[in-house]
Amino acid sequence: MTEHRDYLGAKMGMWIFLFTEILLFGGLFVLYSVTLGRYPTEFHEASKLLDVTMGTTNTMVLITSSLFAALSVVGLRKGSRKVAKTCIFLTLTLACCFLVIKYFEWSHKIHAGIYPGGGTLTQWEPGKQAFFSLYYTMTGLHGLHVILGMGVFLWVWTRIAVGTCTPEHFVALENAGLYWHLVDLIWIYLFPLYYLIT
Amino acid sequence: MNENERTKHHDPGYGLFIAVWAALMALTAVTVEVSTIHLGFLNVVVAMAIASVKASLVVFFFMHLKYENRTLKTMVLVAFVILAIFIGFTFFDTANR
Repeated sequence: MTEHRDYLGAKMGMWIFLFTEILLFGGLFVLYSVTLGRYPTEFHEASKLLDVTMGTTNTMVLITSSLFAALSVVGLRKGSRKVAKTCIFLTLTLACCFLVIKYFEWSHKIHAGIYPGGGTLTQWEPGKQAFFSLYYTMTGLHGLHVILGMGVFLWVWTRIAVGTCTPEHFVALENAGLYWHLVDLIWIYLFPLYYLIT
Repeated sequence: MNENERTKHHDPGYGLFIAVWAALMALTAVTVEVSTIHLGFLNVVVAMAIASVKASLVVFFFMHLKYENRTLKTMVLVAFVILAIFIGFTFFDTANR
Protein backbone atom coordinates (compact mmCIF):
# COMPACT_ATOMS: atom_id res chain seq x y z
CA MET A 1 0.00 0.00 0.00
CA THR A 2 1.36 3.42 -0.87
CA GLU A 3 0.94 6.34 1.46
CA HIS A 4 -1.16 9.18 0.14
CA ARG A 5 0.72 12.45 -0.27
CA ASP A 6 -0.44 15.81 -1.58
CA TYR A 7 2.50 18.18 -1.77
CA LEU A 8 0.68 21.21 -3.23
CA GLY A 9 -2.30 20.66 -0.93
CA ALA A 10 -0.04 20.55 2.14
CA LYS A 11 1.61 23.81 1.15
CA MET A 12 -1.68 25.50 0.30
CA GLY A 13 -3.09 24.45 3.68
CA MET A 14 -0.12 26.09 5.40
CA TRP A 15 -0.65 29.30 3.46
CA ILE A 16 -4.35 29.37 4.40
CA PHE A 17 -3.32 29.06 8.04
CA LEU A 18 -0.84 31.91 7.52
CA PHE A 19 -3.66 34.12 6.16
CA THR A 20 -5.44 33.76 9.50
CA GLU A 21 -2.21 34.82 11.22
CA ILE A 22 -1.92 37.84 8.90
CA LEU A 23 -5.45 38.90 9.82
CA LEU A 24 -4.79 38.32 13.55
CA PHE A 25 -1.76 40.62 13.50
CA GLY A 26 -3.49 42.86 10.92
CA GLY A 27 -6.16 43.66 13.50
CA LEU A 28 -3.50 44.65 16.03
CA PHE A 29 -1.71 46.80 13.42
CA VAL A 30 -5.00 48.60 12.74
CA LEU A 31 -5.42 49.22 16.46
CA TYR A 32 -1.84 50.53 16.61
CA SER A 33 -2.37 52.88 13.65
CA VAL A 34 -5.63 54.30 14.98
CA THR A 35 -4.07 54.89 18.42
CA LEU A 36 -0.99 56.47 16.81
CA GLY A 37 -3.30 58.82 14.91
CA ARG A 38 -4.95 59.78 18.19
CA TYR A 39 -1.80 60.29 20.30
CA PRO A 40 1.05 61.13 17.86
CA THR A 41 3.13 63.15 20.37
CA GLU A 42 2.83 60.62 23.19
CA PHE A 43 3.77 57.76 20.84
CA HIS A 44 6.83 59.74 19.75
CA GLU A 45 7.98 60.22 23.31
CA ALA A 46 7.18 56.69 24.49
CA SER A 47 9.02 55.25 21.48
CA LYS A 48 12.19 57.10 22.55
CA LEU A 49 12.24 54.94 25.70
CA LEU A 50 12.84 51.77 23.68
CA ASP A 51 16.43 50.74 22.97
CA VAL A 52 17.07 51.13 19.21
CA THR A 53 20.36 49.16 19.38
CA MET A 54 18.62 46.16 20.93
CA GLY A 55 15.74 46.43 18.45
CA THR A 56 18.12 46.63 15.47
CA THR A 57 20.19 43.71 16.76
CA ASN A 58 17.04 41.63 17.14
CA THR A 59 15.94 42.54 13.60
CA MET A 60 19.27 41.35 12.22
CA VAL A 61 19.19 38.20 14.37
CA LEU A 62 15.71 37.31 13.13
CA ILE A 63 16.48 38.02 9.45
CA THR A 64 19.59 35.82 9.70
CA SER A 65 17.59 33.05 11.37
CA SER A 66 15.16 33.27 8.45
CA LEU A 67 18.08 32.90 6.03
CA PHE A 68 19.15 29.67 7.72
CA ALA A 69 15.55 28.42 7.64
CA ALA A 70 15.52 29.00 3.86
CA LEU A 71 18.97 27.38 3.46
CA SER A 72 17.86 24.28 5.39
CA VAL A 73 15.20 23.63 2.71
CA VAL A 74 17.76 24.05 -0.09
CA GLY A 75 20.13 21.70 1.74
CA LEU A 76 17.53 18.96 2.18
CA ARG A 77 16.38 19.25 -1.45
CA LYS A 78 19.93 18.88 -2.64
CA GLY A 79 20.04 15.67 -0.62
CA SER A 80 22.05 16.73 2.41
CA ARG A 81 20.38 15.96 5.72
CA LYS A 82 23.48 17.22 7.49
CA VAL A 83 23.24 20.72 5.94
CA ALA A 84 19.50 20.80 6.70
CA LYS A 85 20.00 19.83 10.33
CA THR A 86 22.90 22.27 10.84
CA CYS A 87 20.85 25.11 9.35
CA ILE A 88 17.88 24.27 11.60
CA PHE A 89 20.23 24.23 14.58
CA LEU A 90 21.51 27.71 13.62
CA THR A 91 17.93 28.97 13.19
CA LEU A 92 17.08 27.70 16.68
CA THR A 93 20.22 29.24 18.20
CA LEU A 94 19.41 32.64 16.69
CA ALA A 95 15.81 32.30 17.87
CA CYS A 96 17.16 31.81 21.41
CA CYS A 97 19.32 34.97 21.00
CA PHE A 98 16.21 36.87 19.93
CA LEU A 99 14.28 35.73 23.00
CA VAL A 100 17.17 36.49 25.37
CA ILE A 101 17.48 40.06 24.03
CA LYS A 102 13.69 40.45 24.26
CA TYR A 103 13.85 39.19 27.85
CA PHE A 104 16.44 41.83 28.78
CA GLU A 105 14.39 44.58 27.14
CA TRP A 106 11.20 43.56 28.90
CA SER A 107 12.74 42.94 32.33
CA HIS A 108 14.53 46.32 32.18
CA LYS A 109 11.19 48.05 31.49
CA ILE A 110 9.31 46.02 34.09
CA HIS A 111 11.90 46.85 36.79
CA ALA A 112 11.42 50.52 35.96
CA GLY A 113 7.68 50.11 36.58
CA ILE A 114 6.83 50.53 32.90
CA TYR A 115 4.19 47.84 32.39
CA PRO A 116 0.38 47.94 32.28
CA GLY A 117 -0.69 48.72 35.85
CA GLY A 118 2.94 49.39 36.88
CA GLY A 119 3.86 52.20 39.31
CA THR A 120 5.58 54.44 36.75
CA LEU A 121 3.33 53.83 33.76
CA THR A 122 0.06 54.59 35.57
CA GLN A 123 1.37 58.11 36.35
CA TRP A 124 1.84 58.87 32.64
CA GLU A 125 -0.53 60.25 29.99
CA PRO A 126 -3.12 57.85 28.46
CA GLY A 127 -1.29 57.95 25.09
CA LYS A 128 1.93 56.56 26.59
CA GLN A 129 -0.01 53.93 28.50
CA ALA A 130 -1.67 52.88 25.24
CA PHE A 131 1.74 52.70 23.52
CA PHE A 132 3.14 50.34 26.14
CA SER A 133 -0.01 48.21 26.33
CA LEU A 134 0.22 47.71 22.57
CA TYR A 135 3.99 47.15 22.79
CA TYR A 136 3.61 44.32 25.31
CA THR A 137 0.63 42.79 23.50
CA MET A 138 2.16 42.80 20.03
CA THR A 139 5.77 41.91 20.86
CA GLY A 140 4.43 39.37 23.39
CA LEU A 141 2.21 37.67 20.81
CA HIS A 142 5.12 37.79 18.36
CA GLY A 143 7.43 36.26 20.98
CA LEU A 144 4.90 33.47 21.51
CA HIS A 145 5.07 32.78 17.76
CA VAL A 146 8.87 32.61 17.99
CA ILE A 147 8.58 29.99 20.75
CA LEU A 148 5.98 28.00 18.77
CA GLY A 149 8.13 28.22 15.62
CA MET A 150 11.08 26.82 17.58
CA GLY A 151 8.89 23.91 18.65
CA VAL A 152 7.89 23.27 15.04
CA PHE A 153 11.54 23.29 13.92
CA LEU A 154 12.52 20.91 16.72
CA TRP A 155 9.78 18.55 15.54
CA VAL A 156 10.98 18.75 11.91
CA TRP A 157 14.59 18.27 13.04
CA THR A 158 13.54 15.00 14.73
CA ARG A 159 11.65 13.93 11.61
CA ILE A 160 14.75 14.50 9.49
CA ALA A 161 16.83 12.56 12.03
CA VAL A 162 14.49 9.55 12.00
CA GLY A 163 14.03 9.75 8.24
CA THR A 164 10.38 10.71 7.81
CA CYS A 165 11.25 14.11 6.34
CA THR A 166 13.54 13.35 3.42
CA PRO A 167 15.06 14.91 0.27
CA GLU A 168 12.08 13.38 -1.63
CA HIS A 169 9.35 14.46 0.81
CA PHE A 170 10.38 17.67 2.50
CA VAL A 171 7.08 19.54 2.74
CA ALA A 172 7.14 19.45 6.58
CA LEU A 173 10.40 21.39 6.57
CA GLU A 174 9.14 23.76 3.88
CA ASN A 175 5.98 24.52 5.91
CA ALA A 176 8.00 25.04 9.10
CA GLY A 177 10.08 27.51 7.08
CA LEU A 178 6.95 29.30 5.83
CA TYR A 179 5.79 29.76 9.42
CA TRP A 180 9.19 31.07 10.46
CA HIS A 181 9.36 33.56 7.58
CA LEU A 182 5.91 34.87 8.53
CA VAL A 183 7.16 35.50 12.08
CA ASP A 184 10.10 37.37 10.55
CA LEU A 185 7.72 39.31 8.28
CA ILE A 186 5.64 40.49 11.24
CA TRP A 187 8.78 41.64 13.07
CA ILE A 188 9.83 43.63 9.97
CA TYR A 189 6.74 45.82 10.57
CA LEU A 190 6.86 45.78 14.39
CA PHE A 191 10.45 47.03 14.49
CA PRO A 192 10.01 50.44 12.75
CA LEU A 193 6.58 51.02 14.33
CA TYR A 194 7.86 50.63 17.90
CA TYR A 195 11.52 51.59 17.77
CA LEU A 196 11.89 54.10 14.95
CA ILE A 197 8.99 56.56 15.16
CA THR A 198 10.92 58.86 17.50
CA MET B 1 6.22 12.13 -8.85
CA ASN B 2 7.88 13.14 -5.59
CA GLU B 3 8.20 16.64 -4.19
CA ASN B 4 11.70 17.21 -5.52
CA GLU B 5 10.85 16.28 -9.12
CA ARG B 6 7.95 18.72 -9.07
CA THR B 7 10.09 21.67 -8.11
CA LYS B 8 13.73 21.11 -8.98
CA HIS B 9 13.71 22.68 -12.44
CA HIS B 10 13.23 26.10 -10.86
CA ASP B 11 14.91 25.47 -7.57
CA PRO B 12 16.67 28.56 -6.15
CA GLY B 13 20.11 27.78 -4.71
CA TYR B 14 22.08 28.98 -1.67
CA GLY B 15 23.48 32.05 -3.49
CA LEU B 16 20.12 33.66 -4.20
CA PHE B 17 19.04 33.41 -0.55
CA ILE B 18 22.31 34.88 0.67
CA ALA B 19 21.86 37.81 -1.77
CA VAL B 20 18.29 38.38 -0.48
CA TRP B 21 19.60 38.25 3.10
CA ALA B 22 22.27 40.88 2.27
CA ALA B 23 19.58 43.13 0.76
CA LEU B 24 17.42 42.73 3.91
CA MET B 25 20.34 43.64 6.17
CA ALA B 26 21.17 46.69 4.03
CA LEU B 27 17.54 47.85 4.12
CA THR B 28 17.49 47.44 7.92
CA ALA B 29 20.54 49.74 8.14
CA VAL B 30 18.83 52.24 5.78
CA THR B 31 15.61 52.32 7.80
CA VAL B 32 17.52 52.92 11.07
CA GLU B 33 19.59 55.71 9.45
CA VAL B 34 16.57 57.41 7.86
CA SER B 35 14.74 57.43 11.20
CA THR B 36 17.43 59.76 12.63
CA ILE B 37 16.57 62.43 10.02
CA HIS B 38 13.62 64.53 11.09
CA LEU B 39 10.90 64.38 8.41
CA GLY B 40 7.80 64.67 10.61
CA PHE B 41 4.91 62.51 9.45
CA LEU B 42 6.96 61.37 6.43
CA ASN B 43 9.16 59.34 8.80
CA VAL B 44 6.34 56.84 9.33
CA VAL B 45 5.60 56.73 5.58
CA VAL B 46 9.26 56.09 4.67
CA ALA B 47 9.64 53.46 7.41
CA MET B 48 6.54 51.62 6.18
CA ALA B 49 7.69 51.83 2.54
CA ILE B 50 11.07 50.27 3.41
CA ALA B 51 9.35 47.63 5.58
CA SER B 52 7.11 46.74 2.63
CA VAL B 53 10.10 46.31 0.30
CA LYS B 54 11.66 44.01 2.91
CA ALA B 55 8.36 42.14 3.33
CA SER B 56 8.14 41.58 -0.44
CA LEU B 57 11.66 40.14 -0.49
CA VAL B 58 10.71 37.75 2.33
CA VAL B 59 7.42 36.70 0.70
CA PHE B 60 8.70 36.26 -2.86
CA PHE B 61 12.07 34.65 -2.15
CA PHE B 62 12.27 33.21 1.38
CA MET B 63 8.64 32.09 1.24
CA HIS B 64 9.15 30.95 -2.33
CA LEU B 65 6.05 32.68 -3.72
CA LYS B 66 7.83 33.75 -6.91
CA TYR B 67 8.13 30.06 -7.85
CA GLU B 68 4.59 28.97 -6.92
CA ASN B 69 1.68 28.41 -9.29
CA ARG B 70 -0.91 31.03 -10.20
CA THR B 71 -3.58 29.66 -7.84
CA LEU B 72 -1.41 30.18 -4.77
CA LYS B 73 -0.24 33.62 -5.97
CA THR B 74 -3.87 34.70 -6.45
CA MET B 75 -4.80 33.41 -2.98
CA VAL B 76 -2.02 35.43 -1.37
CA LEU B 77 -3.02 38.51 -3.36
CA VAL B 78 -6.66 38.12 -2.23
CA ALA B 79 -5.56 37.78 1.42
CA PHE B 80 -3.59 41.03 1.22
CA VAL B 81 -6.43 42.83 -0.61
CA ILE B 82 -8.79 41.79 2.21
CA LEU B 83 -6.29 43.14 4.74
CA ALA B 84 -6.06 46.41 2.77
CA ILE B 85 -9.88 46.74 2.70
CA PHE B 86 -9.97 46.06 6.45
CA ILE B 87 -7.34 48.75 7.15
CA GLY B 88 -8.79 51.19 4.59
CA PHE B 89 -12.35 51.04 5.88
CA THR B 90 -11.22 51.47 9.49
CA PHE B 91 -9.55 54.72 8.45
CA PHE B 92 -12.62 55.93 6.52
CA ASP B 93 -14.39 55.60 9.84
CA THR B 94 -11.81 56.99 12.28
CA ALA B 95 -10.69 59.85 9.97
CA ASN B 96 -14.24 61.22 9.76
CA ARG B 97 -15.30 61.11 13.40
